[in-house]
Amino acid sequence: MAKIPKIALIGNPNAGKSSLFNTLTGLRQKTGNFPGVTMDKLTGIWQLGPKNEIEVLDLPGIYSIYPKSIDEELVINILGNPAHPDYPDMVIVVADASNLKRNLLLFSQVRDLGIPTVLALNMIDVAENEGYVINSIKLARELSVEVAEVNAKKGIGVNGLKLAVQKTLKNRFASNDGLPLPVSDELIDEIQAAFGEVDPYRSLLWLMEHDRMKMFTKDQCADLDRIMVKHDFEPKKYKSAETVKRYEFLTEVVDRCVINLNRQWDAVPVKTWTDRLDKLFLHPVGGYLFFLAILFVMFQAVFTWATYPMDAIDAGVAFLNDWLKGILPESTFRGLLTDGLIAGIGGVLIFIPQIAFLFFFISMLEETGYMSRVMFIMDKLMRRFGLNGKSVVPLLSSVACAVPAIMSTRSIGSRKDRLITILVTPLMSCSARLPIYTVLIALVVPEKNTLFGLFNLQGFVLFILYMLGFFMALFSAYIMKLILKAKEKSYFIMELPTYKAPRFKHVSYTILNNVKVFVFEAGKVIVAISIILWVLASYGPGNSMKDASDRIKIQNPNLSGVELSNKIAGEKLENSYAGHFGKFIEPAIRPLGYDWKIGIALITSFAAREVFVGTMSTIYSLGGEIDNENATIKNRMRAEINPQTGKPMYDLALGFSLLIFYAFAMQCMSTLATTYRETKSWKYPLIQFGYMTALAYISAFLVYQALS
Amino acid sequence: MRTVADLGIGEHGFISGFTDEKLSLKLLEMGCLPGTEVILTHHAPFGDPIAIKVSGYTLSMRREEAATILINNI
Ligand SMILES: Nc1nc2c(ncn2[C@@H]2O[C@H](COP(=O)(O)OP(=O)(O)O)[C@@H](O)[C@H]2O)c(=O)[nH]1
Ligand SMILES: [Mg+2]
Repeated sequence: MAKIPKIALIGNPNAGKSSLFNTLTGLRQKTGNFPGVTMDKLTGIWQLGPKNEIEVLDLPGIYSIYPKSIDEELVINILGNPAHPDYPDMVIVVADASNLKRNLLLFSQVRDLGIPTVLALNMIDVAENEGYVINSIKLARELSVEVAEVNAKKGIGVNGLKLAVQKTLKNRFASNDGLPLPVSDELIDEIQAAFGEVDPYRSLLWLMEHDRMKMFTKDQCADLDRIMVKHDFEPKKYKSAETVKRYEFLTEVVDRCVINLNRQWDAVPVKTWTDRLDKLFLHPVGGYLFFLAILFVMFQAVFTWATYPMDAIDAGVAFLNDWLKGILPESTFRGLLTDGLIAGIGGVLIFIPQIAFLFFFISMLEETGYMSRVMFIMDKLMRRFGLNGKSVVPLLSSVACAVPAIMSTRSIGSRKDRLITILVTPLMSCSARLPIYTVLIALVVPEKNTLFGLFNLQGFVLFILYMLGFFMALFSAYIMKLILKAKEKSYFIMELPTYKAPRFKHVSYTILNNVKVFVFEAGKVIVAISIILWVLASYGPGNSMKDASDRIKIQNPNLSGVELSNKIAGEKLENSYAGHFGKFIEPAIRPLGYDWKIGIALITSFAAREVFVGTMSTIYSLGGEIDNENATIKNRMRAEINPQTGKPMYDLALGFSLLIFYAFAMQCMSTLATTYRETKSWKYPLIQFGYMTALAYISAFLVYQALS
Repeated sequence: MRTVADLGIGEHGFISGFTDEKLSLKLLEMGCLPGTEVILTHHAPFGDPIAIKVSGYTLSMRREEAATILINNI
């Protein structure tokens, strides 16, 4: 069987590569209307016909073959190295037809590398609306390449693209203009003598970008440096001159092949929707107000609107539990099923409405193109704190989850800005913190309407917690800015894409998918830990459990019934394995107001903070007041009494101390692993873990001491 | 010498050169070519960064970066 041919999708950021990838392969690669959505490669299979498959590779966007950030580097490492496992047999250059000239620059470079290429003109609908008429047949002739017009979003034009790809794959024709600007023959000869017969333009790419290409050893890099010096070759000058030269040629081509109807008839270009919307969104004052308003509505939705479906789920789970307790005989198994498993699962399910709202807003920001505007209006502010306008994307999207957020820092060009962004991103409150916030706020903040009777006080506290995370991220970034050294200057030269209407199918898919991931991924961990914890809390070393129950019976001879069994359960928990763990760390967390039960929760949520609520539910169901009526986590925690004061355990001081602790603490293995992967060093995950834990401990201490 | 940073909102000029070699490549690649018309369309709050229309699309950059693009008014 012949090898499956490989095609790489290459193009400017936001040209529609991932959309085309999804159309061709039927997969669901993430898309979004701002530069820098795709950060890693992804392959899929394009079924051209029966028994005719092609492997398609989606990649981050690039503006030229000379990379300026890590996501761009990835693309050049593939395109520049024929020995790379992902090196494609041919390339589809996806060009935004409404911005043709700039998109063709990259096309002409890729083609000169000697790779067979097809040109896909995407966003034909946008170009049409802006009044462009593109003669693609003429364009194909002028550039000697197969051209296909497509609309990647709607999936129009795939047949034409198929034809063009098949033709190009068959004749393997790489129309290659040679070098854009001549260099001395000896220079090329020397590179070829050292590295083998290669296309001259590719050999220049090697010469100029070897530092960023992983294919070269240290010695080879030194060799290339030596050749460069010997021939007095100046890469910067060459690249600039090359770019100008290419644009000169492309301007002529575009002039011959594209007509702009608007330009012909109107002296003043027509105002587009994007111009009008930007008047509002980029307004010096209104822009900020609008952004704040969006954030505020988002939190209102997450806290206030989401409570209705949440209460329903909560009641449903409690009902199911009561019903099971009614029909099943009293046994260890019944305890595990109802108080361990179902309570644990209920603890996950209840947050679906909030997660759904969160992802709805994030996905709307990404889909419409508003995200780039936020980067634009925030850049100045962020820069003061050692960050970058582009840091807004990771910071905002880590409201959902820090893992993809940290990956999205790859498009930040300056290493220092990127590193700081990675280190502070987990301080933003992610969706796994939501359950903790929700339960604790409901316990200690009264459910009163404030602020014109419109905003709810609990929602407001939640908003403050998110803001706190954000400001702590800024503050930490500022400290790191003073410590870390910058190697290069950061820049903010970025395209502002036109606004696009969100596709509701796409938005709802994003929501659905993320809810699914949350329920199954978080659910797996929570259920697993709930079961382990249930076991650890039900058994103790040696005879300690039986001793505990005997002890209580002797100490309280006149107690009986429910009161007695409650006391016994409490004593048993304290003497169980879990109880011992909790007791062990109690001295360390006493100053924060926590007892050994909370200590157990801190231990279990060490690797994944979403486990907190499930742990609480297990602990209080085993060791607290047994109250079969309405046994929700909230009610159980509310019923908990502080043995020292005799007052409710969860008062304002403890509630806020816990809230602050969970807001700042680094309790997520996946995030640390991602930081390790993105920085390629253990130093940064360790720093991240260290400073966040210290921050959490100190802040919780201060809050508790101030409030109690 | 006038630069893009000196433009007011709605004003335009034609690019005549660059003062920073490193930035100039990125700017050239983004379509800021000598002889091209640029129009300043937006200031962010506090006047920085700015957005310009160039080669038919909107490009944002910081004021200090804009100050490396020389312009004249013909
Ligand atoms: N109007 C229109 N929008 C498109 C088309 N193709 C993609 N888009 C939108 O353009 C944006 C960028 O698409 P994406 O595939 O993420 O671009 P990538 O960065 O090149 O991978 C998304 O909001 C898409 O919905 C198209 O042909 N027409
Ligand atoms: Mg993409």
